[in-house]
Amino acid sequence: MAQKTLAGKTVEVTDEGYLVNRKDWTKEIAIEIAKEEGIELTEKHFEVIEYLRKESAAGAQLSIRKVGKSGIVDIKGLYQLFPGGPLKYSSKFAGISKPASCV
Amino acid sequence: MKRIVILGAGTAGTMMANKLRNTLDKEEWNITIVDQFKTHYYQPGFLFIPFGIYNKEDVIKPKADFIPAGVDMIFSAIDRVEGEANKVYLEGGKILNYDYLIVATGTKTYPEETPGLKDKLWYKEIFDFYTVEGAVALQKFFKGWEGGKLVMAITEVPYKCPVAPLEFVFLADAYFTGIGIRDKVDITFVTPMSGAFTKPIATKMLSELLEEKNIKVIPDFYIEHVDNDGKKLVSYDELEIPFDVLTVVPVNMGDALVERSGLGDDMNFVLTDKETLQSKKFENVFVLGDAANIPTSKAGSVAHFASEILFENLMSAMEGRPLKAKFDGHANCYIETGHGKGALIDFNYDTEPLPGTFPLPGIGPFGLLKNTKINHYGKVMFRWIYWHILLKGKELPVEPLMTMAGKKRVN
Ligand SMILES: Cc1cc2nc3c(=O)[nH]c(=O)nc-3n(C[C@H](O)[C@H](O)[C@H](O)COP(=O)(O)OP(=O)(O)OC[C@H]3O[C@@H](n4cnc5c(N)ncnc54)[C@H](O)[C@@H]3O)c2cc1C
Repeated sequence: MAQKTLAGKTVEVTDEGYLVNRKDWTKEIAIEIAKEEGIELTEKHFEVIEYLRKESAAGAQLSIRKVGKSGIVDIKGLYQLFPGGPLKYSSKFAGISKPASCV
Repeated sequence: MKRIVILGAGTAGTMMANKLRNTLDKEEWNITIVDQFKTHYYQPGFLFIPFGIYNKEDVIKPKADFIPAGVDMIFSAIDRVEGEANKVYLEGGKILNYDYLIVATGTKTYPEETPGLKDKLWYKEIFDFYTVEGAVALQKFFKGWEGGKLVMAITEVPYKCPVAPLEFVFLADAYFTGIGIRDKVDITFVTPMSGAFTKPIATKMLSELLEEKNIKVIPDFYIEHVDNDGKKLVSYDELEIPFDVLTVVPVNMGDALVERSGLGDDMNFVLTDKETLQSKKFENVFVLGDAANIPTSKAGSVAHFASEILFENLMSAMEGRPLKAKFDGHANCYIETGHGKGALIDFNYDTEPLPGTFPLPGIGPFGLLKNTKINHYGKVMFRWIYWHILLKGKELPVEPLMTMAGKKRVN
Protein backbone atom coordinates (compact mmCIF):
# COMPACT_ATOMS: atom_id res chain seq x y z
CA MET A 1 0.00 0.00 0.00
CA ALA A 2 1.34 3.46 -0.86
CA GLN A 3 0.21 7.02 -1.48
CA LYS A 4 0.36 8.46 -4.91
CA THR A 5 -0.63 11.76 -6.49
CA LEU A 6 -2.78 11.27 -9.54
CA ALA A 7 -4.36 14.15 -11.45
CA GLY A 8 -3.61 16.46 -8.54
CA LYS A 9 -5.23 14.22 -5.92
CA THR A 10 -3.42 12.14 -3.33
CA VAL A 11 -4.83 8.64 -3.24
CA GLU A 12 -3.99 5.28 -1.77
CA VAL A 13 -2.87 2.58 -4.22
CA THR A 14 -1.83 -1.07 -3.95
CA ASP A 15 1.68 -2.26 -4.79
CA GLU A 16 0.46 -2.84 -8.32
CA GLY A 17 -1.09 0.60 -8.66
CA TYR A 18 -4.79 -0.25 -8.19
CA LEU A 19 -6.86 2.28 -6.24
CA VAL A 20 -7.56 1.08 -2.71
CA ASN A 21 -10.76 3.13 -2.38
CA ARG A 22 -13.09 3.07 -5.34
CA LYS A 23 -14.54 6.40 -4.18
CA ASP A 24 -11.27 8.13 -5.02
CA TRP A 25 -11.85 7.45 -8.70
CA THR A 26 -12.32 10.28 -11.19
CA LYS A 27 -12.15 10.32 -14.97
CA GLU A 28 -8.93 12.33 -14.74
CA ILE A 29 -7.34 9.70 -12.53
CA ALA A 30 -8.38 6.99 -14.99
CA ILE A 31 -6.74 8.90 -17.83
CA GLU A 32 -3.53 9.27 -15.87
CA ILE A 33 -3.30 5.60 -14.79
CA ALA A 34 -3.99 4.53 -18.38
CA LYS A 35 -1.24 6.82 -19.65
CA GLU A 36 1.24 5.03 -17.39
CA GLU A 37 0.29 1.81 -19.19
CA GLY A 38 0.61 3.54 -22.56
CA ILE A 39 -3.12 3.63 -23.30
CA GLU A 40 -5.00 6.73 -24.43
CA LEU A 41 -8.59 6.45 -23.18
CA THR A 42 -11.45 7.09 -25.61
CA GLU A 43 -15.24 7.23 -25.16
CA LYS A 44 -15.41 3.48 -25.86
CA HIS A 45 -12.90 2.80 -23.09
CA PHE A 46 -15.04 4.82 -20.72
CA GLU A 47 -18.17 2.88 -21.65
CA VAL A 48 -16.41 -0.30 -20.57
CA ILE A 49 -15.04 1.38 -17.44
CA GLU A 50 -18.47 2.69 -16.40
CA TYR A 51 -19.96 -0.77 -16.96
CA LEU A 52 -17.30 -2.38 -14.76
CA ARG A 53 -17.80 0.20 -12.00
CA LYS A 54 -21.54 -0.38 -12.06
CA GLU A 55 -21.32 -4.18 -12.06
CA SER A 56 -18.65 -4.32 -9.41
CA ALA A 57 -20.63 -1.97 -7.14
CA ALA A 58 -23.56 -4.37 -7.50
CA GLY A 59 -21.32 -7.20 -6.26
CA ALA A 60 -21.04 -9.03 -9.58
CA GLN A 61 -18.13 -11.32 -10.32
CA LEU A 62 -16.40 -9.90 -13.35
CA SER A 63 -15.04 -11.92 -16.21
CA ILE A 64 -13.93 -11.28 -19.77
CA ARG A 65 -16.90 -13.32 -20.98
CA LYS A 66 -19.31 -11.16 -18.99
CA VAL A 67 -17.97 -7.95 -20.54
CA GLY A 68 -18.19 -9.66 -23.94
CA LYS A 69 -21.89 -10.27 -23.30
CA SER A 70 -22.55 -6.71 -22.10
CA GLY A 71 -23.44 -5.39 -25.54
CA ILE A 72 -20.80 -2.66 -25.24
CA VAL A 73 -17.97 -4.47 -26.96
CA ASP A 74 -17.17 -8.05 -27.98
CA ILE A 75 -14.13 -9.87 -26.63
CA LYS A 76 -11.98 -9.12 -29.68
CA GLY A 77 -12.87 -5.47 -29.35
CA LEU A 78 -12.10 -5.54 -25.64
CA TYR A 79 -8.61 -6.86 -26.41
CA GLN A 80 -8.11 -4.03 -28.87
CA LEU A 81 -9.08 -1.47 -26.24
CA PHE A 82 -6.99 -2.99 -23.45
CA PRO A 83 -4.24 -5.07 -25.08
CA GLY A 84 -2.42 -7.76 -23.12
CA GLY A 85 -4.81 -8.23 -20.21
CA PRO A 86 -8.18 -6.64 -20.83
CA LEU A 87 -9.80 -7.26 -17.46
CA LYS A 88 -6.65 -6.55 -15.51
CA TYR A 89 -6.16 -3.17 -17.20
CA SER A 90 -9.79 -2.10 -17.51
CA SER A 91 -10.28 -2.83 -13.78
CA LYS A 92 -7.22 -0.80 -12.95
CA PHE A 93 -8.46 2.20 -14.92
CA ALA A 94 -11.95 1.75 -13.44
CA GLY A 95 -10.56 2.12 -9.93
CA ILE A 96 -11.84 -1.28 -8.80
CA SER A 97 -9.80 -4.11 -7.38
CA LYS A 98 -7.58 -6.34 -9.44
CA PRO A 99 -9.33 -9.49 -10.67
CA ALA A 100 -8.06 -12.21 -8.39
CA SER A 101 -8.40 -15.87 -7.61
CA CYS A 102 -8.50 -17.21 -4.03
CA VAL A 103 -4.73 -17.66 -3.72
CA MET B 1 -48.21 -29.55 6.25
CA LYS B 2 -45.61 -26.96 5.24
CA ARG B 3 -43.02 -27.78 2.60
CA ILE B 4 -39.34 -27.20 2.02
CA VAL B 5 -38.04 -28.16 -1.39
CA ILE B 6 -34.31 -28.57 -2.02
CA LEU B 7 -33.12 -28.49 -5.64
CA GLY B 8 -29.99 -30.61 -6.15
CA ALA B 9 -28.76 -33.49 -3.99
CA GLY B 10 -25.04 -32.79 -4.33
CA THR B 11 -22.77 -31.71 -1.50
CA ALA B 12 -24.83 -28.69 -0.48
CA GLY B 13 -28.35 -30.06 -0.91
CA THR B 14 -27.57 -33.32 0.88
CA MET B 15 -26.02 -31.47 3.81
CA MET B 16 -29.07 -29.24 4.14
CA ALA B 17 -31.54 -32.14 3.92
CA ASN B 18 -29.79 -33.80 6.86
CA LYS B 19 -29.53 -30.65 8.96
CA LEU B 20 -33.17 -29.75 8.45
CA ARG B 21 -34.57 -33.25 9.01
CA ASN B 22 -32.63 -33.50 12.27
CA THR B 23 -34.29 -30.34 13.54
CA LEU B 24 -37.69 -29.77 12.03
CA ASP B 25 -40.81 -31.47 13.33
CA LYS B 26 -41.85 -34.30 11.02
CA GLU B 27 -45.53 -33.63 11.61
CA GLU B 28 -45.17 -30.01 10.62
CA TRP B 29 -42.62 -29.94 7.81
CA ASN B 30 -42.31 -32.03 4.69
CA ILE B 31 -38.82 -31.96 3.15
CA THR B 32 -38.39 -32.92 -0.50
CA ILE B 33 -35.11 -33.06 -2.39
CA VAL B 34 -34.81 -33.42 -6.17
CA ASP B 35 -31.89 -34.49 -8.34
CA GLN B 36 -31.57 -35.85 -11.84
CA PHE B 37 -28.85 -38.42 -11.02
CA LYS B 38 -28.66 -41.37 -8.64
CA THR B 39 -24.91 -41.29 -8.06
CA HIS B 40 -23.15 -38.97 -5.62
CA TYR B 41 -19.62 -38.10 -6.69
CA TYR B 42 -16.87 -37.12 -4.30
CA GLN B 43 -15.62 -34.47 -6.71
CA PRO B 44 -12.38 -33.59 -4.87
CA GLY B 45 -11.36 -37.19 -5.64
CA PHE B 46 -11.49 -36.54 -9.42
CA LEU B 47 -8.13 -34.81 -9.09
CA PHE B 48 -6.43 -38.07 -8.12
CA ILE B 49 -7.92 -40.32 -10.79
CA PRO B 50 -5.68 -39.29 -13.74
CA PHE B 51 -2.65 -40.36 -11.69
CA GLY B 52 -4.09 -43.70 -10.65
CA ILE B 53 -4.23 -42.69 -6.95
CA TYR B 54 -7.99 -43.15 -6.94
CA ASN B 55 -10.22 -45.04 -9.33
CA LYS B 56 -13.83 -44.43 -10.19
CA GLU B 57 -15.06 -46.75 -7.42
CA ASP B 58 -13.28 -44.61 -4.82
CA VAL B 59 -15.37 -41.53 -5.56
CA ILE B 60 -18.92 -42.79 -6.03
CA LYS B 61 -21.75 -43.84 -3.75
CA PRO B 62 -25.53 -43.90 -4.20
CA LYS B 63 -27.09 -40.53 -3.39
CA ALA B 64 -29.91 -42.26 -1.59
CA ASP B 65 -27.50 -43.56 1.09
CA PHE B 66 -27.04 -40.02 2.35
CA ILE B 67 -30.64 -38.85 2.33
CA PRO B 68 -32.13 -39.42 5.78
CA ALA B 69 -35.38 -41.23 6.45
CA GLY B 70 -38.25 -38.78 6.46
CA VAL B 71 -37.00 -36.83 3.45
CA ASP B 72 -38.72 -37.43 0.11
CA MET B 73 -36.12 -37.98 -2.58
CA ILE B 74 -37.32 -37.49 -6.16
CA PHE B 75 -35.09 -38.48 -9.06
CA SER B 76 -36.03 -36.19 -11.93
CA ALA B 77 -34.62 -33.36 -13.98
CA ILE B 78 -35.87 -29.96 -12.80
CA ASP B 79 -37.30 -27.77 -15.51
CA ARG B 80 -37.82 -24.44 -13.74
CA VAL B 81 -38.93 -22.50 -10.69
CA GLU B 82 -41.83 -20.12 -10.74
CA GLY B 83 -40.98 -17.89 -7.81
CA GLU B 84 -44.14 -15.78 -7.85
CA ALA B 85 -46.28 -18.91 -7.52
CA ASN B 86 -43.94 -20.86 -5.17
CA LYS B 87 -43.84 -23.76 -7.59
CA VAL B 88 -41.15 -26.01 -9.05
CA TYR B 89 -41.83 -27.67 -12.39
CA LEU B 90 -40.10 -30.99 -12.92
CA GLU B 91 -39.38 -32.38 -16.35
CA GLY B 92 -42.48 -34.24 -17.47
CA GLY B 93 -44.82 -31.75 -15.85
CA LYS B 94 -44.93 -32.76 -12.18
CA ILE B 95 -45.32 -29.70 -9.93
CA LEU B 96 -43.97 -29.22 -6.40
CA ASN B 97 -45.33 -26.46 -4.18
CA TYR B 98 -43.10 -24.97 -1.51
CA ASP B 99 -43.08 -22.60 1.41
CA TYR B 100 -39.29 -22.38 1.29
CA LEU B 101 -36.97 -23.31 -1.55
CA ILE B 102 -33.25 -24.02 -1.35
CA VAL B 103 -31.41 -23.91 -4.66
CA ALA B 104 -28.31 -26.13 -4.59
CA THR B 105 -27.87 -27.07 -8.22
CA GLY B 106 -24.14 -26.38 -8.34
CA THR B 107 -22.07 -25.49 -11.37
CA LYS B 108 -21.35 -27.50 -14.50
CA THR B 109 -18.65 -27.50 -17.14
CA TYR B 110 -19.60 -26.37 -20.63
CA PRO B 111 -16.80 -27.38 -23.04
CA GLU B 112 -19.03 -26.47 -25.98
CA GLU B 113 -18.64 -22.79 -24.96
CA THR B 114 -15.06 -22.81 -26.31
CA PRO B 115 -14.80 -23.43 -30.06
CA GLY B 116 -12.75 -26.50 -30.90
CA LEU B 117 -12.64 -27.86 -27.38
CA LYS B 118 -15.21 -30.62 -27.72
CA ASP B 119 -14.02 -31.67 -31.15
CA LYS B 120 -11.93 -34.43 -32.76
CA LEU B 121 -9.37 -34.56 -29.97
CA TRP B 122 -11.88 -34.56 -27.08
CA TYR B 123 -11.02 -37.47 -24.76
CA LYS B 124 -8.27 -38.49 -27.18
CA GLU B 125 -5.69 -35.79 -26.49
CA ILE B 126 -7.87 -33.17 -24.82
CA PHE B 127 -9.34 -33.92 -21.39
CA ASP B 128 -11.00 -32.36 -18.41
CA PHE B 129 -10.78 -33.77 -14.89
CA TYR B 130 -13.91 -32.01 -13.61
CA THR B 131 -16.06 -34.97 -14.65
CA VAL B 132 -15.48 -38.59 -13.76
CA GLU B 133 -15.54 -39.52 -17.47
CA GLY B 134 -12.77 -37.04 -18.24
CA ALA B 135 -10.66 -38.08 -15.28
CA VAL B 136 -10.92 -41.79 -16.15
CA ALA B 137 -10.13 -41.14 -19.85
CA LEU B 138 -7.05 -39.14 -18.82
CA GLN B 139 -5.84 -41.95 -16.54
CA LYS B 140 -5.94 -44.32 -19.52
CA PHE B 141 -4.14 -41.82 -21.71
CA PHE B 142 -1.35 -41.16 -19.18
CA LYS B 143 -0.70 -44.91 -18.79
CA GLY B 144 0.41 -45.15 -22.40
CA TRP B 145 1.98 -41.71 -22.80
CA GLU B 146 5.71 -41.40 -23.37
CA GLY B 147 6.02 -37.68 -22.82
CA GLY B 148 5.75 -34.38 -24.65
CA LYS B 149 4.02 -31.08 -23.99
CA LEU B 150 1.38 -31.24 -21.24
CA VAL B 151 -0.69 -28.06 -21.05
CA MET B 152 -3.14 -27.35 -18.19
CA ALA B 153 -5.42 -24.48 -19.23
CA ILE B 154 -8.21 -22.55 -17.52
CA THR B 155 -10.76 -21.10 -19.92
CA GLU B 156 -12.70 -18.69 -17.72
CA VAL B 157 -13.42 -17.54 -14.18
CA PRO B 158 -15.14 -18.30 -11.89
CA TYR B 159 -14.71 -22.08 -11.81
CA LYS B 160 -15.15 -24.47 -8.93
CA CYS B 161 -12.27 -25.33 -6.67
CA PRO B 162 -9.90 -22.63 -7.91
CA VAL B 163 -6.82 -24.48 -6.65
CA ALA B 164 -7.57 -27.78 -8.44
CA PRO B 165 -5.69 -26.93 -11.68
CA LEU B 166 -2.62 -26.00 -9.64
CA GLU B 167 -2.85 -29.24 -7.71
CA PHE B 168 -3.14 -31.02 -11.04
CA VAL B 169 0.20 -29.72 -12.32
CA PHE B 170 1.89 -30.43 -8.98
CA LEU B 171 0.62 -34.00 -9.03
CA ALA B 172 1.59 -34.36 -12.69
CA ASP B 173 5.14 -33.35 -11.80
CA ALA B 174 5.23 -35.99 -9.05
CA TYR B 175 3.63 -38.66 -11.23
CA PHE B 176 5.98 -38.27 -14.18
CA THR B 177 8.95 -38.09 -11.81
CA GLY B 178 7.73 -41.33 -10.23
CA ILE B 179 7.52 -43.22 -13.51
CA GLY B 180 10.89 -41.86 -14.60
CA ILE B 181 9.93 -39.68 -17.56
CA ARG B 182 9.78 -36.22 -15.98
CA ASP B 183 12.66 -35.07 -18.22
CA LYS B 184 10.51 -35.88 -21.25
CA VAL B 185 7.45 -33.99 -20.03
CA ASP B 186 7.12 -30.28 -20.43
CA ILE B 187 4.43 -28.89 -18.07
CA THR B 188 2.76 -25.53 -18.77
CA PHE B 189 0.03 -23.83 -16.73
CA VAL B 190 -2.16 -21.42 -18.71
CA THR B 191 -4.51 -18.96 -17.04
CA PRO B 192 -6.62 -15.93 -18.01
CA MET B 193 -5.65 -14.37 -14.68
CA SER B 194 -2.47 -12.37 -14.08
CA GLY B 195 -0.68 -15.39 -12.65
CA ALA B 196 -1.03 -18.84 -11.10
CA PHE B 197 -1.25 -16.98 -7.80
CA THR B 198 -2.96 -13.60 -7.62
CA LYS B 199 -3.04 -12.73 -3.91
CA PRO B 200 0.11 -10.94 -2.73
CA ILE B 201 0.94 -13.10 0.30
CA ALA B 202 0.10 -16.46 -1.27
CA THR B 203 2.19 -15.42 -4.27
CA LYS B 204 5.13 -14.68 -2.01
CA MET B 205 4.82 -17.91 -0.05
CA LEU B 206 3.85 -20.44 -2.71
CA SER B 207 4.91 -19.33 -6.19
CA GLU B 208 8.42 -20.73 -5.78
CA LEU B 209 6.81 -24.18 -5.77
CA LEU B 210 6.15 -23.76 -9.48
CA GLU B 211 9.76 -22.87 -10.21
CA GLU B 212 11.08 -25.66 -8.04
CA LYS B 213 8.99 -28.14 -9.96
CA ASN B 214 9.90 -26.63 -13.31
CA ILE B 215 6.33 -25.75 -14.26
CA LYS B 216 6.01 -22.93 -16.76
CA VAL B 217 3.23 -20.37 -16.23
CA ILE B 218 1.61 -18.41 -19.07
CA PRO B 219 -0.66 -15.72 -17.54
CA ASP B 220 -3.22 -13.40 -19.18
CA PHE B 221 -4.04 -15.99 -21.84
CA TYR B 222 -7.70 -16.02 -22.78
CA ILE B 223 -8.54 -18.89 -25.12
CA GLU B 224 -10.46 -17.98 -28.25
CA HIS B 225 -10.38 -21.44 -29.81
CA VAL B 226 -8.53 -24.73 -29.85
CA ASP B 227 -6.93 -25.66 -33.14
CA ASN B 228 -7.30 -29.46 -33.34
CA ASP B 229 -5.24 -29.95 -36.50
CA GLY B 230 -2.38 -27.74 -35.38
CA LYS B 231 -2.75 -28.96 -31.74
CA LYS B 232 -2.53 -25.52 -30.24
CA LEU B 233 -4.45 -23.03 -28.12
CA VAL B 234 -5.16 -19.70 -29.78
CA SER B 235 -5.95 -16.59 -27.72
CA TYR B 236 -8.07 -13.56 -28.56
CA ASP B 237 -4.90 -11.56 -29.12
CA GLU B 238 -3.69 -14.27 -31.50
CA LEU B 239 -0.99 -15.83 -29.39
CA GLU B 240 -0.53 -19.59 -29.67
CA ILE B 241 0.43 -22.38 -27.29
CA PRO B 242 1.22 -25.80 -28.78
CA PHE B 243 0.33 -28.97 -26.85
CA ASP B 244 0.61 -32.74 -27.15
CA VAL B 245 -1.95 -33.30 -24.44
CA LEU B 246 -4.29 -30.63 -23.15
CA THR B 247 -6.07 -30.74 -19.80
CA VAL B 248 -8.62 -28.03 -19.46
CA VAL B 249 -11.07 -26.49 -17.02
CA PRO B 250 -13.97 -25.73 -19.38
CA VAL B 251 -16.21 -22.70 -18.85
CA ASN B 252 -18.23 -23.15 -15.64
CA MET B 253 -21.83 -22.00 -15.50
CA GLY B 254 -24.86 -22.72 -13.40
CA ASP B 255 -27.55 -25.08 -14.70
CA ALA B 256 -29.82 -23.73 -17.45
CA LEU B 257 -32.75 -24.15 -15.04
CA VAL B 258 -31.49 -20.99 -13.31
CA GLU B 259 -31.90 -19.08 -16.55
CA ARG B 260 -35.31 -20.60 -17.25
CA SER B 261 -36.38 -19.51 -13.75
CA GLY B 262 -35.05 -15.96 -14.12
CA LEU B 263 -33.04 -16.32 -10.92
CA GLY B 264 -29.51 -15.76 -12.14
CA ASP B 265 -26.80 -13.63 -13.71
CA ASP B 266 -25.42 -14.05 -17.23
CA MET B 267 -23.40 -17.11 -16.17
CA ASN B 268 -26.54 -18.69 -14.67
CA PHE B 269 -25.34 -18.32 -11.11
CA VAL B 270 -28.18 -17.44 -8.76
CA LEU B 271 -28.24 -13.81 -7.62
CA THR B 272 -27.68 -14.21 -3.89
CA ASP B 273 -27.20 -11.90 -0.93
CA LYS B 274 -23.62 -12.72 0.05
CA GLU B 275 -24.35 -12.37 3.78
CA THR B 276 -27.84 -13.80 4.32
CA LEU B 277 -27.68 -16.33 1.43
CA GLN B 278 -31.21 -15.35 0.45
CA SER B 279 -32.04 -15.06 -3.25
CA LYS B 280 -32.16 -11.46 -4.43
CA LYS B 281 -35.40 -12.19 -6.26
CA PHE B 282 -37.58 -14.00 -3.72
CA GLU B 283 -37.62 -13.82 0.07
CA ASN B 284 -38.47 -17.49 0.54
CA VAL B 285 -35.73 -18.75 -1.76
CA PHE B 286 -32.25 -19.46 -0.37
CA VAL B 287 -29.09 -20.53 -2.17
CA LEU B 288 -26.30 -22.86 -1.05
CA GLY B 289 -23.10 -24.10 -2.65
CA ASP B 290 -21.65 -23.52 -6.09
CA ALA B 291 -24.97 -22.33 -7.53
CA ALA B 292 -24.71 -18.98 -5.70
CA ASN B 293 -23.01 -15.97 -7.28
CA ILE B 294 -21.31 -15.00 -4.00
CA PRO B 295 -17.72 -13.78 -4.35
CA THR B 296 -15.89 -16.63 -2.63
CA SER B 297 -14.54 -19.99 -3.83
CA LYS B 298 -16.90 -22.59 -5.16
CA ALA B 299 -15.86 -25.36 -2.78
CA GLY B 300 -17.35 -28.03 -0.56
CA SER B 301 -15.85 -26.40 2.53
CA VAL B 302 -17.62 -23.15 1.66
CA ALA B 303 -20.93 -24.98 1.27
CA HIS B 304 -20.35 -26.53 4.70
CA PHE B 305 -19.65 -23.23 6.47
CA ALA B 306 -22.44 -21.47 4.61
CA SER B 307 -24.92 -24.23 5.51
CA GLU B 308 -24.72 -23.25 9.19
CA ILE B 309 -25.54 -19.63 8.34
CA LEU B 310 -28.33 -20.60 5.95
CA PHE B 311 -29.79 -22.92 8.56
CA GLU B 312 -29.94 -20.14 11.17
CA ASN B 313 -31.47 -17.70 8.72
CA LEU B 314 -34.04 -20.19 7.54
CA MET B 315 -35.08 -20.79 11.16
CA SER B 316 -35.40 -17.02 11.62
CA ALA B 317 -37.45 -16.67 8.45
CA MET B 318 -39.81 -19.42 9.59
CA GLU B 319 -40.37 -17.61 12.86
CA GLY B 320 -40.83 -14.28 11.14
CA ARG B 321 -37.66 -12.82 12.64
CA PRO B 322 -35.02 -10.80 10.74
CA LEU B 323 -32.16 -12.75 9.12
CA LYS B 324 -29.36 -12.09 11.58
CA ALA B 325 -26.69 -14.63 10.64
CA LYS B 326 -24.18 -13.22 8.17
CA PHE B 327 -21.89 -15.33 6.02
CA ASP B 328 -18.32 -14.05 5.65
CA GLY B 329 -17.30 -16.17 2.64
CA HIS B 330 -15.17 -18.51 4.78
CA ALA B 331 -13.24 -21.09 2.74
CA ASN B 332 -10.69 -23.67 3.84
CA CYS B 333 -8.89 -25.58 1.11
CA TYR B 334 -6.04 -28.06 1.05
CA ILE B 335 -3.68 -27.78 -1.87
CA GLU B 336 -1.95 -31.02 -2.84
CA THR B 337 1.58 -30.22 -3.94
CA GLY B 338 2.79 -33.75 -4.74
CA HIS B 339 5.37 -36.07 -3.15
CA GLY B 340 3.19 -36.53 -0.06
CA LYS B 341 2.96 -32.87 0.83
CA GLY B 342 0.32 -30.20 0.81
CA ALA B 343 -0.47 -26.60 1.66
CA LEU B 344 -3.56 -25.14 3.30
CA ILE B 345 -5.39 -21.86 2.85
CA ASP B 346 -8.08 -20.33 5.06
CA PHE B 347 -9.72 -17.06 4.03
CA ASN B 348 -12.97 -15.12 3.58
CA TYR B 349 -14.48 -12.24 1.59
CA ASP B 350 -12.19 -9.67 3.22
CA THR B 351 -9.10 -11.52 4.36
CA GLU B 352 -6.71 -13.06 1.88
CA PRO B 353 -4.94 -16.35 2.77
CA LEU B 354 -2.41 -15.65 5.54
CA PRO B 355 0.32 -17.79 7.08
CA GLY B 356 -0.11 -19.39 10.52
CA THR B 357 -1.54 -22.55 12.02
CA PHE B 358 -4.97 -24.17 11.81
CA PRO B 359 -7.30 -24.81 13.53
CA LEU B 360 -5.47 -24.27 16.84
CA PRO B 361 -3.46 -21.05 17.19
CA GLY B 362 0.24 -21.85 17.55
CA ILE B 363 -0.39 -25.59 17.52
CA GLY B 364 -2.04 -26.52 14.26
CA PRO B 365 -1.62 -29.35 13.43
CA PHE B 366 -2.02 -27.83 9.96
CA GLY B 367 0.26 -25.11 8.62
CA LEU B 368 -1.33 -22.28 6.66
CA LEU B 369 0.45 -21.36 3.43
CA LYS B 370 3.11 -23.92 4.28
CA ASN B 371 4.04 -27.01 2.33
CA THR B 372 3.97 -29.88 4.84
CA LYS B 373 3.32 -33.62 5.13
CA ILE B 374 0.55 -33.16 7.69
CA ASN B 375 -1.41 -30.91 5.30
CA HIS B 376 -1.34 -33.74 2.79
CA TYR B 377 -2.88 -36.05 5.40
CA GLY B 378 -5.56 -33.40 5.91
CA LYS B 379 -6.52 -33.76 2.27
CA VAL B 380 -6.42 -37.55 2.46
CA MET B 381 -8.68 -37.47 5.54
CA PHE B 382 -11.04 -35.06 3.83
CA ARG B 383 -12.60 -37.89 1.85
CA TRP B 384 -13.61 -39.69 5.05
CA ILE B 385 -14.82 -36.45 6.60
CA TYR B 386 -16.79 -35.70 3.45
CA TRP B 387 -18.78 -38.96 3.45
CA HIS B 388 -19.18 -39.30 7.21
CA ILE B 389 -19.48 -35.78 8.61
CA LEU B 390 -19.95 -33.15 5.92
CA LEU B 391 -22.76 -34.78 3.93
CA LYS B 392 -24.55 -35.85 7.09
CA GLY B 393 -24.74 -32.20 8.11
CA LYS B 394 -22.79 -32.85 11.32
CA GLU B 395 -20.60 -30.21 12.90
CA LEU B 396 -16.84 -30.09 12.43
CA PRO B 397 -14.60 -28.80 15.22
CA VAL B 398 -14.14 -25.63 13.18
CA GLU B 399 -16.23 -22.47 13.46
CA PRO B 400 -18.25 -21.49 10.39
CA LEU B 401 -16.95 -17.92 10.36
CA MET B 402 -13.25 -17.37 9.73
CA THR B 403 -11.10 -16.45 12.70
CA MET B 404 -7.87 -14.45 12.84
CA ALA B 405 -6.63 -16.60 15.74
CA GLY B 406 -3.61 -18.52 14.53
CA LYS B 407 -3.04 -16.23 11.55
CA LYS B 408 -0.17 -13.82 11.13
CA ARG B 409 -0.66 -10.44 9.52
CA VAL B 410 2.04 -9.85 6.95
CA ASN B 411 3.08 -6.68 5.17
C1 LIG C 1 -11.68 -31.70 -9.43
C2 LIG C 1 -12.36 -31.08 -8.26
C3 LIG C 1 -11.69 -30.96 -7.06
C4 LIG C 1 -12.31 -30.39 -5.95
N1 LIG C 1 -11.61 -30.30 -4.77
C5 LIG C 1 -12.21 -29.77 -3.66
C6 LIG C 1 -11.53 -29.73 -2.41
O1 LIG C 1 -10.40 -30.20 -2.27
N2 LIG C 1 -12.17 -29.17 -1.35
C7 LIG C 1 -13.43 -28.65 -1.45
O2 LIG C 1 -13.95 -28.16 -0.46
N3 LIG C 1 -14.10 -28.68 -2.64
C8 LIG C 1 -13.53 -29.22 -3.74
N4 LIG C 1 -14.21 -29.28 -4.93
C9 LIG C 1 -15.50 -28.58 -5.05
C10 LIG C 1 -16.68 -29.33 -4.50
O3 LIG C 1 -16.76 -30.62 -5.02
C11 LIG C 1 -17.94 -28.53 -4.86
O4 LIG C 1 -17.78 -27.19 -4.48
C12 LIG C 1 -19.17 -29.07 -4.18
O5 LIG C 1 -19.41 -30.38 -4.59
C13 LIG C 1 -20.38 -28.18 -4.48
O6 LIG C 1 -21.56 -28.72 -4.01
P1 LIG C 1 -22.97 -28.29 -4.64
O7 LIG C 1 -23.96 -29.07 -3.88
O8 LIG C 1 -23.08 -26.83 -4.70
O9 LIG C 1 -22.93 -28.82 -6.14
P2 LIG C 1 -22.90 -30.33 -6.64
O10 LIG C 1 -22.31 -31.21 -5.59
O11 LIG C 1 -22.24 -30.31 -7.95
O12 LIG C 1 -24.43 -30.74 -6.77
C14 LIG C 1 -25.34 -30.15 -7.66
C15 LIG C 1 -26.45 -31.16 -7.90
O13 LIG C 1 -27.54 -30.53 -8.57
C16 LIG C 1 -28.06 -31.42 -9.53
N5 LIG C 1 -28.73 -30.64 -10.58
C17 LIG C 1 -28.27 -29.54 -11.23
N6 LIG C 1 -29.15 -29.11 -12.13
C18 LIG C 1 -30.21 -29.96 -12.07
C19 LIG C 1 -31.46 -30.05 -12.78
N7 LIG C 1 -31.80 -29.15 -13.73
N8 LIG C 1 -32.31 -31.06 -12.46
C20 LIG C 1 -32.00 -31.95 -11.49
N9 LIG C 1 -30.84 -31.92 -10.79
C21 LIG C 1 -29.96 -30.94 -11.08
C22 LIG C 1 -26.84 -32.17 -10.05
O14 LIG C 1 -27.21 -33.40 -10.61
C23 LIG C 1 -26.01 -32.33 -8.79
O15 LIG C 1 -26.22 -33.54 -8.13
C24 LIG C 1 -13.63 -29.89 -6.06
C25 LIG C 1 -14.32 -30.01 -7.26
C26 LIG C 1 -13.71 -30.61 -8.36
C27 LIG C 1 -14.46 -30.75 -9.65
